[in-house]
Amino acid sequence: MNYEETLAGLAKKDERIVVMTAENRALIRNMPALLGDRFIDTGITEQTMIGAAAGLALRGRIPVVHALASFLTMRAFEFIRTDVGIAHLPVKLCGYIPGFLSDANGPTHQAIEDVSILRGIPGMEVYAPADENDLVAMLPDMINSPNAAYIRINNKKMSYQHSDYVPGKAEVISEGNDITLLTYGLLFENTFRAKAMLEEKGYSVGMVNLRSLKPMDEELILNIAGNTSLIVTVEDHFLTGGLFSILAEIFLKNTITCPVFPMALRNRWFKPALLNSVFEFEEFTPEKIAEHTVRELENVLVSLK
Amino acid sequence: MNKAEIENLEIRSLNVREHIINMSAEGGCFIGASLSCADLIVYLYSEFLNVTPENLTDPERDYLFLSKGHDVPALYGTLAELGFIKKERLLNHLSTNDSIYWHPNRAIPGIEFHSGSLGHLPSVAIGVALDCKMKKQTNRIVVITGDGEMNEGTFWEALLVANAYKLDNLIFLVDRNHFQANIRTEDLIPLESLEKKFEAFNCSVNRINGHDFEEINAAFKGINTTGGKVNVIVADTVRGKGLPSIEARADRWFCNFTREETGALVRELHGEAKAKLESETLIVR
Repeated sequence: MNYEETLAGLAKKDERIVVMTAENRALIRNMPALLGDRFIDTGITEQTMIGAAAGLALRGRIPVVHALASFLTMRAFEFIRTDVGIAHLPVKLCGYIPGFLSDANGPTHQAIEDVSILRGIPGMEVYAPADENDLVAMLPDMINSPNAAYIRINNKKMSYQHSDYVPGKAEVISEGNDITLLTYGLLFENTFRAKAMLEEKGYSVGMVNLRSLKPMDEELILNIAGNTSLIVTVEDHFLTGGLFSILAEIFLKNTITCPVFPMALRNRWFKPALLNSVFEFEEFTPEKIAEHTVRELENVLVSLK
Repeated sequence: MNKAEIENLEIRSLNVREHIINMSAEGGCFIGASLSCADLIVYLYSEFLNVTPENLTDPERDYLFLSKGHDVPALYGTLAELGFIKKERLLNHLSTNDSIYWHPNRAIPGIEFHSGSLGHLPSVAIGVALDCKMKKQTNRIVVITGDGEMNEGTFWEALLVANAYKLDNLIFLVDRNHFQANIRTEDLIPLESLEKKFEAFNCSVNRINGHDFEEINAAFKGINTTGGKVNVIVADTVRGKGLPSIEARADRWFCNFTREETGALVRELHGEAKAKLESETLIVR
């Protein structure tokens, strides 16, 4: 089932669900006919859409709202924080083309600080599926949770067979003593291929698909920290406030330290181009992820001697 | 409305204004904006809204959203007069023992949503209005907005959306007290002609004197909630209404008076001697 079919199935069973959009219908084209007045398109008005979603939630609805991730999370940020966050309303925010998925649009469309700003809102959950299967697997729990939630929509088709989705738990792809690659969202595939390359070179490689950044599977992170020589975080997000920062918070809170190499965007927006060219230019191809990882691991091993 | 009914409203308004004055000491409050819409809030709760202390969870009740926020002492006072909260609770104004502070919040029975950031509640009200329509319920949703608040783009954005969905169950009541924070609206960001602006947004518009209960009553009794148009009432009001010594003054926005001064202001409210005010006004902006 794809995203729209899954959402339609949930909405059919639960009258509380209303589907909203700020005129971004790419993934929900059939919803108007399916849902009638439970489909609400407010036009290009991200702020008004979020305010209205809060009003609908106040009346017992579960609004599932759609807009481009950058405008949803940043243009409407104060409405999310003030109307949804302060009131603890179960509004579900679905951001299209987050991170590198905005490919050639340019920096206006780059949501690469979304995880950072959304996870700072009390009660807000933050999800990042690796592909369409992962997306539809987590969707029911995200919608049924009593909390507000933001999801980096990623409907990429991939043949990888994920393990069952468990709320609050990351998906362990493999365990390894030398390296553990931590990633979320779109970069799952490139990271997975990097893992295969590293394994071919003889390294013992662990990999984790985090699935949700908030809640974060802290227990797993702490367990990995004690059992691998190097952790590599791979994310299409600014270095500040994303996965690397989350790890730093966890490790500081637990007074532990361990080698972590972050692959993230540093202090600038990424070069707009078609997706594969972005991977090349920003050095997020499987080859580059593997190459940087080996170099960092060697540095770590040298420093330990 | 007959004479006796109007007199009752006037007495209730005086009581609410006393509460507002009393909240303008020991920390103070936005007294001017509260006094300008006191009559409107008293009218709405007494004569128009189907909201009582007993039906606050009834999905078919009417809704009032206080979008401008600074006028919340007028709402606290009205809720206390009508038994939504105990009058003694107003003594907790600005105390951590309660939730009676400078902006509305849902911890107070009768307050439907928090505000403080301007231009938010028009859209929240749209969500409520859409749900009422979906459920074929006939609730009316009133949003009190300030005129300075209309500087915010989201106010006009919400009007576009409300019109698109023909939300005739939605009533925007503009407390047109002619002031932003410390500057007259027409001297900073002119708003007139407000009626023409609302008409251009396809609203049904009426303009009244917001201190005249007969005019207020006629406007609300004339509201058409099945006409397919968003309703707007622009109520011309006076900031600080009822206290000649602070009326329509740019520098009487947020006031923190001494207890002697609030005592004198209560006497001024009742037509006795004019108050002598020495406290300076805090100009936050």
